[in-house]
Amino acid sequence: MSGKNYLTVKYSLRSWFFTTDHKRVAILYFAGITLFFFIGGAAATMIRLELATPQGDLVSSDVYNRLFTMHGVIMVWFFLIPSIPATLGNFIVPLMIGARDLAFPRLNITSWYLFMAGGLTTLYAVFVGGIDTGWTFYTPFSTMYSNSHVVLAVTGVFIAGFSSILTGLNFIVTIHRLRAPGLTWYRLPLFLWSLYATSVILVLATPVLAMTLLLVALDRFAGIGIFDPARGGDPLLFQHLFWFYSHPAVYIMILPGMGVVSELVAVYSRKAVFGYKFVAWSAIAIAVVGFFVWGHHMFVSGQSVFAGLMFSFMSFVVAVPSAIKVFNWTATLHKGWVSFDAPMLYALAFIGLFTIGGLTGLFLACLAYDVYVTDTYFVVAHFHYIMVGGMVTAYFGGMHYWWPKITGRMYPEYWARAAAILIFFGFNMTFFPQFILGILGMPRRYHTYPPEFQVWHVMSSVGASVLAVAYLLPLFYLGWSLFFGRRAPANPWRATGLEWQTPSPPPEHNFEEPPVVTREPYHYTITGEAVPQNA
Amino acid sequence: MPEAHPAFQFVDLRQQHDVAQLGMWVFLATEVLFFGGLILAYSAYRIGYPEGFAEAARHTKIVIGASNTAILLTSSFLVAWAVLIVRLREGRIAALLLWGAAALGVIFLVLKGVEYSEEYREHLIPGLNFALDGPNAGAIKLFFAFYFVATGLHAVHVAVGIVVLVVIGIRARQDAYSDRYHSPITVAGLYWHFVDIVWIFLFALIYLPGRAP
Amino acid sequence: MTRWHPPRILLFSWAGLLALLALTVFGAYQPLGWFNTGLALTIALGKALIVLAIFMELRERNALTIAFAGAGFFWLAIMLWLALADFVTRPNFPPGPPMMHSDSTPPPRS
Repeated sequence: MSGKNYLTVKYSLRSWFFTTDHKRVAILYFAGITLFFFIGGAAATMIRLELATPQGDLVSSDVYNRLFTMHGVIMVWFFLIPSIPATLGNFIVPLMIGARDLAFPRLNITSWYLFMAGGLTTLYAVFVGGIDTGWTFYTPFSTMYSNSHVVLAVTGVFIAGFSSILTGLNFIVTIHRLRAPGLTWYRLPLFLWSLYATSVILVLATPVLAMTLLLVALDRFAGIGIFDPARGGDPLLFQHLFWFYSHPAVYIMILPGMGVVSELVAVYSRKAVFGYKFVAWSAIAIAVVGFFVWGHHMFVSGQSVFAGLMFSFMSFVVAVPSAIKVFNWTATLHKGWVSFDAPMLYALAFIGLFTIGGLTGLFLACLAYDVYVTDTYFVVAHFHYIMVGGMVTAYFGGMHYWWPKITGRMYPEYWARAAAILIFFGFNMTFFPQFILGILGMPRRYHTYPPEFQVWHVMSSVGASVLAVAYLLPLFYLGWSLFFGRRAPANPWRATGLEWQTPSPPPEHNFEEPPVVTREPYHYTITGEAVPQNA
Repeated sequence: MPEAHPAFQFVDLRQQHDVAQLGMWVFLATEVLFFGGLILAYSAYRIGYPEGFAEAARHTKIVIGASNTAILLTSSFLVAWAVLIVRLREGRIAALLLWGAAALGVIFLVLKGVEYSEEYREHLIPGLNFALDGPNAGAIKLFFAFYFVATGLHAVHVAVGIVVLVVIGIRARQDAYSDRYHSPITVAGLYWHFVDIVWIFLFALIYLPGRAP
Repeated sequence: MTRWHPPRILLFSWAGLLALLALTVFGAYQPLGWFNTGLALTIALGKALIVLAIFMELRERNALTIAFAGAGFFWLAIMLWLALADFVTRPNFPPGPPMMHSDSTPPPRS
């Protein structure tokens, strides 16, 4: 019986805004984060335009401060953190485990409302004047001296934090309790291992951020001086609390990307992921060890030398599981039937860019070298290689890969490949010069600079224009495909996961018959034929 | 009373019960870290200002604090009892126990209010009327900032818990729960016990330091 | 209507908790030096364990539930351990006014 799918079962606005269907919540999230992505991107565009010349001729330094703060706050909390978990994760997790929905469907839609409420509060803060503290809200500047809308922005992030917690909680319980019969842990697709690890971080780190922001807001309101050294408070306490969340938050951003790449590499190599158990457990290892390293953001802050040594050592340790993943993906390609469809191009771009981002992270884990490049463009380049080169690329890869499942339409392959290649080149052109700028001594967060840096800044700004166009392209061709794309079959990529064993788009409760899992994921025969997990 | 049915995403009531339990435990883990941020702030400053924190703690009202601890421990006991007895289909007694626990929660909040008003009179509220002098004034102010944030957030949790207990009590009175179906009351009980545990630690951190001669 | 009375283990736990409360208040007034803090926290931990194990029925739960019950405390321990490692080894903590950065002037530029 081929009846209605989740998109056609009801049409009213009410059926969208009061839905509890995880697939519709995912679409709502998708709309939300796309909005925030382009707002944050607009701020980045302004920044790169300003930096095209050494003088501050486009905006004042005060406006520039507000621009990069807005860029950071919106991109981190309203795009990167929810991006893959709340959209692709929301859509795919129940399908992948053969469930009818997440464990707590009403919490799921609640989390979207919290997310939007937080995002709109922050946007409101931007429209009434913005904030100038940087996305890190460092004290005592944010609590005592800043004349901008710190409390409002912090409130927005605080609210959005609860949406993160609810999403994480939902995924943990769902993955533990709602797996289809036969779907043991070692039969879970690696995307689920990654999201599970991500959820653990979301659930355990985000509440600390909530408390930290609460203290900042309170301090600003009441002027207690909790973080003000002039009144006995300690600014480093704020940094400890903030980075206890915000460093693991980096793994919230990258782990789901790693999960997507694991799926893509297997499908487009027609091979099982090499060293499945190592890739799976390395996600858990990253989630746990990621909590031991936050002090490497504080090497020059005045924390004790002993703490610095400890955090430096742990920062090297956390690189090991990431490296395991990179090696295993590469080994998966070996002797595979590799095809270069658009999602695979994104996955390969991810592997390369993430490796550069990760290795430059090791530079920053060195106590001595970190002193040299702290607060320079080297740091900026490093974390953009992880977050944009890594996470955003994986997000686009996953979006293309599951697009047929989500929408029931195929995207135009030619355009998608063009966009993927353009993103890769635009990205490298934007951010590689920033490594050089950093080593030359260009500090971050300045809108003017000595003229000898201009050549690198111009390269970066030109790259950013390419990147901006490349990011806009999918908006058009994916939008086009919604109406004119070829109808997608249930399993266009001949993949093994349960999500491909139900029609595209899936029916309202995902499966017409509850699937029973009989084998491990990524089962491809010697000729590259897929054997579904429930076959 | 009609038989309870699992929600559509579950296979059976057993699975639904497991999901509710695990969900609450995960939520409580986030709560530990939420209060944990405050505990870190407290610990750092207590290490930094041992004398100031001892002096500050002597300003707290240990009689009210200890009574409130006893009150919450007793209410937890009542809830634990209710959770057991409801499985024996003793809904009426379970309801009385839950409402008793909620009443104890109200008494807790009233005593807390008395304490706050005394601290207001003694000018101990940072950001409002803090007015202490002496070498330790800064540390005492930090202590009371922690005190008000921690106990205030805890009181919010207690208030939420009271509402939950009353509602669950009404449902128990209607015999909604049985040996087969009792997730809501079990989960509400977990929450209430957790609020109790938070208070156990707050009591040790807030009221006890600096008492010895 | 004969099964309404509380199970003995609950009664004992309740009595034990109140006894520990009395003990911790009593202990706080004894001049034990640093051990006052240790005693207060140990008793608090004991009380919490009673509530967790008996009131929250953790002793009857599976390993998964115990793992999540422990996870919050484990991660709290990570945070306290690493952050406090900084606070106890940092020479200029607490940052007393007026000059708290006197020992950290920036190195001369070459």
